[in-house]
Amino acid sequence: MGGMAAPQVAPVETPDTDEVPVSDRPWVTIVWDDPVNLMTYVTWVFQKLFGYSREKAEQLMLDVHHKGRAVVSSGARERMEHDASQLHAYGLWATVDRS
Amino acid sequence: MFRRQGDRYVATLAVDEVRVLRKVASEVVGLLTDGFDHSDPVVGRLFPEVYPDDSASTAEFRRYTEGDLKTAKIDQAGAILAALPDSAGETGHEVRLDAEAAEAWLRALNDARLAMGVRLEIKDGTDLGEELDDAVAEDPTSSRVFQLSVYAYLGYLQESLLNALID
Repeated sequence: MGGMAAPQVAPVETPDTDEVPVSDRPWVTIVWDDPVNLMTYVTWVFQKLFGYSREKAEQLMLDVHHKGRAVVSSGARERMEHDASQLHAYGLWATVDRS
Repeated sequence: MFRRQGDRYVATLAVDEVRVLRKVASEVVGLLTDGFDHSDPVVGRLFPEVYPDDSASTAEFRRYTEGDLKTAKIDQAGAILAALPDSAGETGHEVRLDAEAAEAWLRALNDARLAMGVRLEIKDGTDLGEELDDAVAEDPTSSRVFQLSVYAYLGYLQESLLNALID
């Protein structure tokens, strides 16, 4: 977070990713499976950080668990790096890649 | 184990639990301060390479984010230490957390489990009960027996706190 003199930046409207063409969201945040994180915890983190419904968060968690990885968000590179660092704060194993 | 009481998350911890929690939280703080070393696999797990195939971009990302992430992790481990007395007396200690402290505890317990999971070489499909039985059979007084028990305990505690939060 910036200091007191940091300029206020207006929050950017985040469009629903389902409606944005792929070419406009070239980067993705990926969460990888790991043997330690509790499934309930991973679901809770997805709801908490991304505002996903319980159902969607659970599906993503199961994708991570069964497929080894899942794309949890997509968009501009800076935004994906922000998401990844938030996920790291919660102890999830997140990387950023081109979609 | 934690339960919800109004807007608080409450657990009565035995003397040994207080001691173990202080120990693991202090170890996480130590790892993130004096002992900070990217070549340590535990640090590697807590601060994953964000671009596994691009070390220059990973280094750039770390330059901007690692300081904040480290501070956040130290603070959340500190939330555990702040809620526990130096010595729990003979009857144990009741912890009462507000929502913010409860979330800090959740993240800190997770960091501690990640760190221990790396050291204990926990893998997908590792059966903790079996691991513990094997370790006990080999040497019931070994540090591995203790570490595995603590790891299992932290998992139960984290899950009980999470369930209390979700409830």
